[in-house]
Amino acid sequence: MEFKFTTESLEKINAVLNRYPTKQAALMPVLWIAQEQNGWISNEVMQETAKILEINPEEVLGVVTFYTMYFKKPMGKHHIQVCTNVSCMFRGAYEIYEGVKKKLGIDNMETTSDRKFSLEEVECMGACGNAPMIAINEEYFENISSEKVNKIIEDLEKSA
Amino acid sequence: MEKIVLPEIKDMHLIDVYLANGGYSSVKKAFNQTPDDIIDQVKKSGLRGRGGAAFSAGLKWSFMPKSTTKPKYLCVNGDESEPGSFKDRQILEHNPHQLIEGILITCYAIGAKIAYVYIRGEYHKFINFFSKALNDAYEHGFVGDAMREKFGTDFTCQIYIHKGAGAYICGEESSLMNSIEGKRAYPRVKPPFPAQYGLWGCPTTINNVETITNVPPIIANGWEWFAKIGEPKHPGTILFGVSGHVNKPGVYELPTGTLLTELIYNYAGGVPGNKKILCVIPGGSSMPPLRGDQLEEIKMDAESLKAAGSAIGTGGVMVMDEDTDLVKVLTRITKFYYHESCGQCTPCREGTGWMLKILNRILSGSGSSNDLDLLISVANNIEGNTVCALGDAAAWPVKYMIERFRDYFETRVNTVTKLPIANKVHSLRKSVIPL
Repeated sequence: MEFKFTTESLEKINAVLNRYPTKQAALMPVLWIAQEQNGWISNEVMQETAKILEINPEEVLGVVTFYTMYFKKPMGKHHIQVCTNVSCMFRGAYEIYEGVKKKLGIDNMETTSDRKFSLEEVECMGACGNAPMIAINEEYFENISSEKVNKIIEDLEKSA
Repeated sequence: MEKIVLPEIKDMHLIDVYLANGGYSSVKKAFNQTPDDIIDQVKKSGLRGRGGAAFSAGLKWSFMPKSTTKPKYLCVNGDESEPGSFKDRQILEHNPHQLIEGILITCYAIGAKIAYVYIRGEYHKFINFFSKALNDAYEHGFVGDAMREKFGTDFTCQIYIHKGAGAYICGEESSLMNSIEGKRAYPRVKPPFPAQYGLWGCPTTINNVETITNVPPIIANGWEWFAKIGEPKHPGTILFGVSGHVNKPGVYELPTGTLLTELIYNYAGGVPGNKKILCVIPGGSSMPPLRGDQLEEIKMDAESLKAAGSAIGTGGVMVMDEDTDLVKVLTRITKFYYHESCGQCTPCREGTGWMLKILNRILSGSGSSNDLDLLISVANNIEGNTVCALGDAAAWPVKYMIERFRDYFETRVNTVTKLPIANKVHSLRKSVIPL
């Protein structure tokens, strides 16, 4: 699928380029802009990004694959991230994680067939004081329980 | 008790409230002094880095070359990815202007015209909070070209936010710089140190968010005032993040030298069900764990914790009660470092995976006591043999938890076991287990 940055995205990119002395340094912010527009980082996105920043596509690939938050494949509309690191584990994170898996019928980094939900087991998100926690897209849900997670998912199912 | 970093003032995140409470007056005071004076004051105050290594902030600044034609940079480390650490987000949310003021003073002291604030990608919300505060500061003329008019100085400074994208290693200062440069975040070999060869080969200083936030009060109240708070060798307050098996988990700002037991029992409300404490990790998951029956008299500062056989790290205190499965905890911690190892150095890339495999074997009930020695041996071969400290961070929990809880781990391994082939090779070498 062909990919072109929208005018709006290009404006954002121009603003970002002013912050750094080299074009390559804008790579991470540009990838964020691309992901916001496209939902994930496809080969075409990488090609286009490389062209705009005048770097090799391989360098873009290297960066995309290094960071976990750039999606290498399309994810669900609601990307559910469950932290299972120690502080959350002490407070039942694995029960929540298994519960979400069962409820949605998907495993780690999988997406439901209707593309509504995807699941990811993530490392510490910095919410240890309010453990356990999940994040859905950009939003944190802290001090949660299996019941609360089920409720959140059901509400999302109804809403869209 | 005095709160330096997170004062208990409502709506401190709003610029009007911050200004009403004397905000941005320290930076004015700083501009009337020479950069060397500022560095000298911070050095004398004894302020030590809050990101893990507890290195003298003033000393770090003094490493920046004075005569150079190259631009200089400041990086503010808000990557905060250490499990058990959740303090910088409090600053970004509740006291962002003090951080901005601290950045301005630091930039003035080291002669940097650009500061990059690196915040982890997961912190969308906190990036938004900080970004809002930064925009307000720009609009009021405290940051950017308008500074000339506002302060009547020649010095100007730009502050940019750089959003991470999910990699623990970016908290390491040299990988943070590579990440800002738009590269894979591999740590760099040191020396050369960032003060000589940092961002784009230019002199660079990297400080933690909390460290920088401590700077404005030091300038406002004088270094003598700061040096008197807490332990003389590691003065000031620290944001302790207490998590795990406690009644009131959260962030507590307390003077250094506070007793660990006081922190757990008085501030964090003790352990649920009045259970005994089995184990405490005092400074984020990579620091050596302490036994629950040896917590008396341990003070929370860099020197005291070093003497107790651990380290202050990021001040993330993880408490585990007597019913905790330590094998599971250690396996989960090792899984984290296996996942986050950047793959640049062989001992760390391979070793973390080996340790995880062995720990999984013990967890599944087919471990042998040889496995415990094997784990320590692998950990020892990682420690000190890698470019950055992630290798040590992965090795320490394994090494020290097994050493300090050997009795506990021995009960979880069988003395006679059916061993997989790989283990037979090892046991042949050691010839402990009969084949």
